[in-house]
Amino acid sequence: MKQLVRLRVNGDPRELYLAPNKTLLEALREDLWLTGTKHGCELGECGACTVLLDGRPALSCLTLAVELDGREVTTVEGLGTPTSLHPLQEAFVELGAAQCGYCTSGMLMSAKALLDSNPAPGRDAVRNALAGNLCRCTGYQSILDAVELAATRMAVAGSPAEVPA
Amino acid sequence: MSQDLSVVGRPGPRVEGIAKVTGQFTFVDDLAVPGMLTAKILRSTAAHARIRSLDTSRALTHPGVKAVITGKDLPTCYGIMPTGEDEHALAQEKARYVGDAVAAVAAVDEETADEALKLIGIEYEPLPIHMDVASALLGPGEPIHETRRAANVHKAVALEFGDVDAGFAAADYTREDLFFYEGSTHLPLEEHGALAVPEGPDRVTLHSSTQNPHYVHRAVAKVLGLPEGHVRLVAVPVGGGFGGKCDPFPHEIVACKLALITGRPVKITLTREEVFYAHRGRHPVLMWLRGGYRRDGSMTALHFKTMLDGGAHASYGPAAIYYTGALQTVTYRIPAYRFQGLRVFTNKPPCGPKRGHATPQPRFALEVHLDKVAHDLNMDPAKLRLQNLSRPFTMTVNHLRITSNGLRECLETVLRASNYAAKRGRLPYGRGVGLAVSSYMSGAGLPIYWNDMDHSQVFVKADRGGGVTVYTGATEIGQGAHTVHAAIVAEVLGLQTGDITLVTADTAAAPVDLGSYSSRVTFMSGNAALAAARRLRAMIAEASAERLEAAPEELEFREGRVYARSRPDHGLTFREACGLAEARHGNVLASGSYRPPQLGGPYKGSGVGPSPAYSFSAAVIELRVDSETGQIHVERVWLAHDIGKAINPVLARGQVEGSVYMGLGEALMEESAYRKQLLKAPSMLDYKSPTMMEMPDVETFLIESTDPEGPFGAKEVGQGPLLPIAPALANAVYDAVGVRVDEVPITPAKLVKALQSLAAGKGGRVGPERLPGFSYPEPTRVEPPPESYGHPAAADGTDGGVAAHAGQ
Repeated sequence: MKQLVRLRVNGDPRELYLAPNKTLLEALREDLWLTGTKHGCELGECGACTVLLDGRPALSCLTLAVELDGREVTTVEGLGTPTSLHPLQEAFVELGAAQCGYCTSGMLMSAKALLDSNPAPGRDAVRNALAGNLCRCTGYQSILDAVELAATRMAVAGSPAEVPA
Repeated sequence: MSQDLSVVGRPGPRVEGIAKVTGQFTFVDDLAVPGMLTAKILRSTAAHARIRSLDTSRALTHPGVKAVITGKDLPTCYGIMPTGEDEHALAQEKARYVGDAVAAVAAVDEETADEALKLIGIEYEPLPIHMDVASALLGPGEPIHETRRAANVHKAVALEFGDVDAGFAAADYTREDLFFYEGSTHLPLEEHGALAVPEGPDRVTLHSSTQNPHYVHRAVAKVLGLPEGHVRLVAVPVGGGFGGKCDPFPHEIVACKLALITGRPVKITLTREEVFYAHRGRHPVLMWLRGGYRRDGSMTALHFKTMLDGGAHASYGPAAIYYTGALQTVTYRIPAYRFQGLRVFTNKPPCGPKRGHATPQPRFALEVHLDKVAHDLNMDPAKLRLQNLSRPFTMTVNHLRITSNGLRECLETVLRASNYAAKRGRLPYGRGVGLAVSSYMSGAGLPIYWNDMDHSQVFVKADRGGGVTVYTGATEIGQGAHTVHAAIVAEVLGLQTGDITLVTADTAAAPVDLGSYSSRVTFMSGNAALAAARRLRAMIAEASAERLEAAPEELEFREGRVYARSRPDHGLTFREACGLAEARHGNVLASGSYRPPQLGGPYKGSGVGPSPAYSFSAAVIELRVDSETGQIHVERVWLAHDIGKAINPVLARGQVEGSVYMGLGEALMEESAYRKQLLKAPSMLDYKSPTMMEMPDVETFLIESTDPEGPFGAKEVGQGPLLPIAPALANAVYDAVGVRVDEVPITPAKLVKALQSLAAGKGGRVGPERLPGFSYPEPTRVEPPPESYGHPAAADGTDGGVAAHAGQ
């Protein structure tokens, strides 16, 4: 029996009738056409489907959508747009941190969650936060560098020194 | 020359970069069309069994099911290589491995399709199962392929170049070694997918996550019994390939067949478990080699034997077997060389091409062997290699033509950067450094099926609005095919990569390219794009010359303008020049093509190994070994790669880092191992691959030897840097704790076993003890070519104008 779910996705209120076994990943991709969130295993092993649930990273393939009534979901489509990229997205493009691009959405969302809670993470903290996101293309180095570059730029942009005297 | 370049050689974002970070870039499973059905495949649970009965009647009447097909519906065989067409989209009379496709269902949704699979009745009659080379060679009972001679031998080859016996007789010292390189899988993040859209009763468009649309196109048309012109193949950019999406796959053919039967679009996406069983990964290879050396370390002869565990089908096997013997000679001057190779069928998912395609295994064996030789001769392993290095513009003993060759610079660069000389043998117990070098092809010199046609064709079109569109069959697999084409064309026309529109990998919209395999795209399709862009530029120059009162060859194309070199302030915008060109020529459309020069020696098997240019790599790895647990902590990797010319250094470095990562995965943990006939780890949790926690910092050096035949001098970078990683790591382990693990992966269990063996005075080695008994054929004797082929750049005895760029 399908159930009514009201949730906020990338700031927009959405109402969906969903089977109780439908995952958030499936609801996003198949019911809301937000295909930016990817699947690599649907078993919670690869991190490609990572989204933010009330600001915290969650594996959308292991999250049942009907349990999310009233919750706030942020996907890669809500992170930034081509004309207004999030600093993480900008750094990923600049440093070649997206090769095939399939893990990128999940990687970006995990990194966003990290920087929101820890704006100046050391390299080990980045490694720790992104250890659940697999990438087969990059060898992770450019991703690490991109997260650090974004953190630095966000710190500069947000620092009092930037305020005109 | 490089100062004149405004796009090529400069770091820049990939052209689809913004789409990839905003979730707008679409992969095949992101596609949906009205009326679409979902397909699922029933896979064999038996490793080798005759299918006694197959009953689809209950599945067919299940509500929501639109079609069910079995082997009877797809009786035509296919295979990637003409000499290995031993596959069927759905099993015919028997299943040959767990995971073999047996039947398929199209239904209104995934859930219904899954339910229908459970309603298919199947009875198996078990046959003898062979899970490794030794068992397959003993071969009691029915062979895996009836058409083959007994004992499951797929292919055995033997070649001899020069007088090997005389070479060994001239040696002051010889050494024999045995190695095993375990199989591993590509593990792309994206599961394979396909969407087939029927276009009337006898036409179909297949959108697929394939690296090789051209070969899939041929196979699909053949099996469906349609003219190739009735099948349109669109290769949707793949979410990771690494060779795993190079074969035509059952799911692609099944989707097309179901679409034609139902008259509705059919989508199929493999589950992660199915991807593990689709495989086509690294061959497990047993290796024996014997090398002869003079006192000064120079090599007199090499004898190399390989045994490949091929899995259940030929796949790329006919090439893979030769690749285990082909490229040893490209890094070192080997005056006499004997190679004997064997590939057997086993009841496992077929092996195929994984990054480096059957060359990382012999490279591991050769580079570890050399390390042992150096130790025996009391020589520095670096010096031993320098003593034997191949030279630019020479022929190898097995008739491979080397052009540019920056191997010496690669080696010297990593030795210097890592401070290897000061560290080797001098670090405290438990810490060590290891060295290895390698080479790889910039595209296979011959196509997969013999023909005299181009390997790549590219169209470039300009329009009256100043727009430039590149039409290429090349596929984007994350390596940067799109960006490389855009950069080359933009460079020639004085534009930026962002000015170029790309229409790619669609058999109805773009000309042929053989595919994203063998590191061929930048070199071959890049050359075709360069030729097309130069012709287009000539057309525009011819039309603009009169207006600019200058000869066409005097015109410069830069920064979106066309002007005479002598009067840079007086010019046309590129858009204006395109308008003049359209007025003069009509269509402003140019084509370019690339076909490699005639390469390869006068012997059967010489089609595998030749390439218009070889890349070279050298690696030093520094690591720490915990002698209690056997854990290896890789601390740093220095990798220098002769890329010829980096079209885009950001992307090139990414390929190096990714190759190093994948090499470390194979060296340390990744293995396609089996428990009885089942894969031991068919999930991403159980199949261990390095995460960000395990990945060390990599220091990359791009060495630019400017190949005379590469586009702007470019050579490959996507595969070569993987090759030296496993042997460098094994050599570093020896430097750290004095044991030899002559097997990949070097797991903690094996390392502890080797340390225990050392402590017990039993030599400290873990690895294979012998090859299974097999009589290789007598080698075919081939006369080696003269070492020089008369290239002018070879005459001065130098290594050419090689430039090194640090990776920071």
